[in-house]
Formats: sequence, C-alpha cells, structure tokens
Amino acid sequence: MDTRVEKKKLSLRERYHLMTRGLGWEPTYQPTEKVFPFTAYEGIKIHDWDKWEDPFRLTMDAYWKYQGEKEKKLYAVIDAFAQNNGFLSLTDARYLNAIKIFIQGVTPLEYYAHRGFAFAGRHFRGEGLRVACQMQSLDELRHTQTELHSISVYNKFFNGFHNPLHWFDRVWYLSVPKSFFEDANSSGPFEFLTAISFSFEYVLTNLLFVPFMSGAAYNGDLSTVTFGFSAQSDESRHMTLGIECIKFMLEQDPDNVPIVQRWIDKWFWRGYRVLTLVGMMMDYMLPKRVMSWREAWEIYGEQNGGALFQDLGRYGIREPAGFRDACDGKDHISHQAWLTFYTYDPVAAFHTWVPSDAELDWLSAKYPESFDRYYRPRLLYLREQQAAGTPVANKNLPLLCNVCQIPMFFTEPGDPRRICYRESVYEGERYHFCSDHCKSIFDHEPEKYVQSWLPVHQIYQGNCFKPGTDPTAPGFDPIKAVLDYYEINNGRDNLWYDNSEDRRNFEAWTAEARGN
Amino acid sequence: MAVKTVKPYRFAPRDTVDKFPAPLLYIGWEDHMMFVSPICLPVPPDTPFQALMDKILPDAYGMHPDFAKIDWSKVQWFKSGKPFVPEPAKTLRENGLGHKDVIRFRTPGLEGIGGAYF
Amino acid sequence: MSNVFIALQDTDEARPIIEAILADNPQSQLTHSPAMVKIDVPNRLVIRRERIEEITGLPFDLQRIHVNLISLSGHIEEDDDQFVLSWKR
Repeated sequence: MDTRVEKKKLSLRERYHLMTRGLGWEPTYQPTEKVFPFTAYEGIKIHDWDKWEDPFRLTMDAYWKYQGEKEKKLYAVIDAFAQNNGFLSLTDARYLNAIKIFIQGVTPLEYYAHRGFAFAGRHFRGEGLRVACQMQSLDELRHTQTELHSISVYNKFFNGFHNPLHWFDRVWYLSVPKSFFEDANSSGPFEFLTAISFSFEYVLTNLLFVPFMSGAAYNGDLSTVTFGFSAQSDESRHMTLGIECIKFMLEQDPDNVPIVQRWIDKWFWRGYRVLTLVGMMMDYMLPKRVMSWREAWEIYGEQNGGALFQDLGRYGIREPAGFRDACDGKDHISHQAWLTFYTYDPVAAFHTWVPSDAELDWLSAKYPESFDRYYRPRLLYLREQQAAGTPVANKNLPLLCNVCQIPMFFTEPGDPRRICYRESVYEGERYHFCSDHCKSIFDHEPEKYVQSWLPVHQIYQGNCFKPGTDPTAPGFDPIKAVLDYYEINNGRDNLWYDNSEDRRNFEAWTAEARGN
Repeated sequence: MAVKTVKPYRFAPRDTVDKFPAPLLYIGWEDHMMFVSPICLPVPPDTPFQALMDKILPDAYGMHPDFAKIDWSKVQWFKSGKPFVPEPAKTLRENGLGHKDVIRFRTPGLEGIGGAYF
Repeated sequence: MSNVFIALQDTDEARPIIEAILADNPQSQLTHSPAMVKIDVPNRLVIRRERIEEITGLPFDLQRIHVNLISLSGHIEEDDDQFVLSWKR
C-alpha cells in the first residue's frame, strides 16, 4: 500500500513572492527610459523597487476567488431588490436624491480611477506595485459596473437617474468631482497614487463610504448598502496601497519627503473640498440619519487622520497644510452647501427641500455652535418663501473657485459671517479662489489651472447651448437653453422636492402597496 | 513654480477677455449669503458705474427685503478686498475695473434675514 | 497612544471574526452602526486564525476576511496565522 505523502502547502509569504517577483525584465532593444517614460520625471527617487510589498500579500489567484464571491453575493441582492420592488420600503423618496448625486458625481470617478490605476500599473517598475495597481484598476471598473447596475432599478421609477454620464461632462456642480479626478489622472504615477490611494482613499474615503452606506442601511436601501460594502471591502486594500506607497517613497530617499509633503498638502485639500457634497448628504438628505458630518469628521478626519499624521511624523511628514482649516469648517460647510443647492435647484438634476421641524432640531443638537445662530433662520426664511409661492432661486451665475470649481460660498476660517476671497494674477490674468489652499495649489502650478473648464465662464462664452441655439433671438431664455444642453428635463429632474413628480409617485405607490 | 512635465507645457488661458461678450465683473454683497457667493456678469466696459446701482444690482439683488433699505450714500465699496471709492458718473473702465475684477459692497446696518447674514 | 480600528460587515460570516477579535483584544471598544460593526483598540489589534477556528470548528483562511472587510486603520502585517494592525512598525 502506498503511503500518501502530504504535499506541503506554500505559505502566504512564499506564494506572494512567487507571484509578484521576477516577473518583469530589463528591456534590451529599447532604452528603459523610453519604455517607462514617466517613472522619474516627478523627481521621486527609487533605489529598490522590490522593497514595495503588499502587506495583505494578495495574489491574482486569491484575488479572482474572493472577487468572484463578492460579485455572486452582490448580484443575488440586486436581483432580489429589483424583483420585490425594494424601493417601496425606503424611508422616503427624498433619500434618493443622495443616490442621484452618487451616480452623477461618484460613479464616473470610479471609472476614472480604473483608467488611472491602469496607467500607473503600466508605468511603474517593480512587479509588486504593478500587480497591486492592476488589481485596483479592475476593482474600480467593477465598482463602476455594480453601481450602475444596482442604481439602475431606481431609473425605472424616479427622475434624475437617466443621464449621469452625459451630465458628468457638462453640468456645473459635476465639474467639481470631474476636475478633481482629471487633475489626478493628468499627474505622474507617483502623484496619482499620493492623490487617490493615499489622500483620497486612506485619509478621506471613510468619510464617503462608511457613513453613507450605513445611511443607506438606515433608510431601507438594500441595493446601495450591498454595492457599497462590496466596494468598500476592496477599499481597504486600496487604502493599504496608499499608505504603503507613501512609506515606500519616504523610505527610499530623503529627497522624496518634500515632494510627497507638497502632494499631501494639495490632495488632502482637493479631496476635502469634494467631500463638501458628502457632508451635505449626511446632514440633509438622509431622512433617517446615522451621524452628522461634524461627528464623522471628528472620528475619521480628526482622530483617525490625526493618528496617521502623528505616525508619519517619523519620516518628517507633518499634517496637511489645510488640516486646521478643514477642522474649522466642520460646523459650516454642509449647511452652506445645502443652501447653495437649494437656491440653485432650478439648474440641478436632483431635488432639495427645507428640513422638517424635527430635522431642524436634530441639526441644532448636532451643531450647537453654528446652527441656530446662522443656518436655522436662513432655512426658516426659505420655508416661508416657499409656502408663499415665491421660492428663493438664484438667477445669477456664481463666481467659481478656479481650482476646486465650487461656487465661492465658503466663509473665512474663524468667521462664518464673511465669504473667503483670495486671488492671484498670473501673466496678466486674474484668478479667484475660495481659500488659501486652493490659491496655493494654483500658485504652484498655474500652467495647469489656467486651463480650468469653469462651467459659468463656459456658459458666458456660449459653449453650453445646443447647436443652432441663437442667444440673440428675442425672448431668449439662457437658463432654459443651458438645461436643454445639459439634457435635464425642466420640471421633472430639477426644482424642489415638495412639488416633484418623485414625491407624488412615491406617495401614491407606497399608499397602494400598504393598503387595499 | 512650475508643473513638472516630460515635454514643454504651455497652454493659452481659457478665460481671456476676447472670448466673452463683455469683460466679466464679479460682485459680492457683504453679509447677504442668500446669494450664496459673489455673482459673475459680463458688463461692457463703457457702462457708467451709476448703472450698476440703477439697473444691474436691482436686477440681481432686488428680491432681497434688505435691498430696498439700502442707503447708497453710506455704502462702502471694495475692490479685491481693499476700500475703493467709485465715481458713479464715470465708466467701469474709467473706474479702473477690468476683466475678472471682483468688487464688493457693504451696506452698514443691514445684516440679512434675521441678522443671520443671509 | 492612538487607536487602530477595523470595520466589518454585520453578517453571519463575520460574526466569528468579530468574536475572535473581542476575545484576543481585551481593550476592544465595539460600536454597532446599521449593517456594520467597528472595533477600536489602542495601538494594536490582532486577529488570530486559530481563535476563529476554535469558535467555528472549521479551518479558516485569514484572507477570507476580505469578503466582509469594510475599512481599517494602521499598518498591516499579515501571514497565515495572524492579521495585525498597529501604529508601530
């Protein structure tokens, strides 16, 4: 009888090394710098690419196995939700406006991230790093697809979901996330990783996904919870890539430290500005709330970010230049953003509203320093005007920050009574900014931001009308012409929730589902 | 400071004055954030400054209950954040206002809805 | 001393992992949110494969935590037997 020989299984460490080392080669008939033209120009010095190691030690075979499992779970839920008209158990259709912002402003970024990591994976040396970038590139494509699939169920019943990719390239408020990511994708591979993997994924993404997905769970949106957490499980791997890449650069050469610090300063602030939208969603758009923006900022920004930058201190890295100002903004930005969208709702592809009395009280309790003093009186005035049939709508186009592209509504740090104005003159042209940090980003790389595609300026240049539109024709209505160019259905996708078709339908359908 | 690039990197600025029907003027009304942010308007350079007060500002801000209460003799003007004394009969150009300049006006005693700077 | 944390989905599959963390990290602070749990531990958090196997009575591959993982902080050190988060390297 044969004795069965137990074949020794490879350890995680051995398997990782076999699958990520010695897979590359030195080019022979082309110079290396022509094959990898983007590896050195940013000034980052790497002496040993093999020092980069994924602490998860995830290899391609394990990657496919676990991703496959996640997909099967996710699609079972998406199908069940759609089959059983899951949207009828939402707390309220107001909630869906947060999901509209998500598919309009976040899902296209997943696709940009897919492209960005494919680029980084191609242009880095070092197979370990390249494999990690390749996995992330695939993850991001998966996120784009699963988000489109799971949110598509709402497109059958509600407005504001039908044209997100068209809107992403045109609509004024979507230029904020779009320009953020295009800025990252047009950087070199090391800056890209610092921007997206570290500053966005590691430092800030918890603020996007964790409270948001818990919010979806609280509000009966099973579909979003499931894709959110399915995406978030990849996110932990992405965060790890971010912090490992930072440590890798810092450990490879002391000359890398000031370059990395400047990138952290820039990208912390860029990401923080984009997250203004998330703050607004948490404080205003979830009918059943999980936590306030301020609380989320304190947990994930101040405590967690604080611990991180304290740890990175040993490399000579300090907290990002805008960190204090970001902390100062926690009492204000969500309210300022909501008031902006409320008064510009005629040109937005989602609905806004004035919170109920109970919600105002919740906000007062969460924002004792600021809400009753500054924001409650404003919301009450909006409510009064709406009840009188004269809702407050801004017909003037706003001045946008030339870097973050957000209307200049942010107030001075330490003084919520004053709008913060900053400006620079470069080669005879004047540029305006919402903050010291956006100004400093511009001043460092003005050649990049003189190209900003600012929606307000584009409208005035006549670039946001459909072909054949004649702005000199009698009775020309520029707002209608711009909505037409955006392909926002006037009266359905835009304007306030109270009189919306979404509201009427949701109330009728839920009444039908719960009665006879 | 400059962008690090692999090749020469120069692009024409996207928002020069020649691309607009008229130079852009940005206007902010201090203490009145109902209007969210400064506003952006193309205004011909030969427009008299007085026309701002007579026509352009009423169109833009007239819906605010404070607007009718403004005592124009007490209004303080700022250009790029610094005090500025416009001459109403002169044009914007003669008042030194050019493309993408930002002016602000403060209306003492008026601090918005409910004194909440709105 | 700073906290490290791990957030996991609140699912059947994650339950033994959560139990194992609580058992092996006496200073754990557990927070339940809708659909997720977050565990904070001062400075260092360890997940031990053997503890999970003891709880379930089944063999467990530590990389399976990827399926239920939501977020984490700190530096990661993983091998076949344990998964460690810490602020010290």
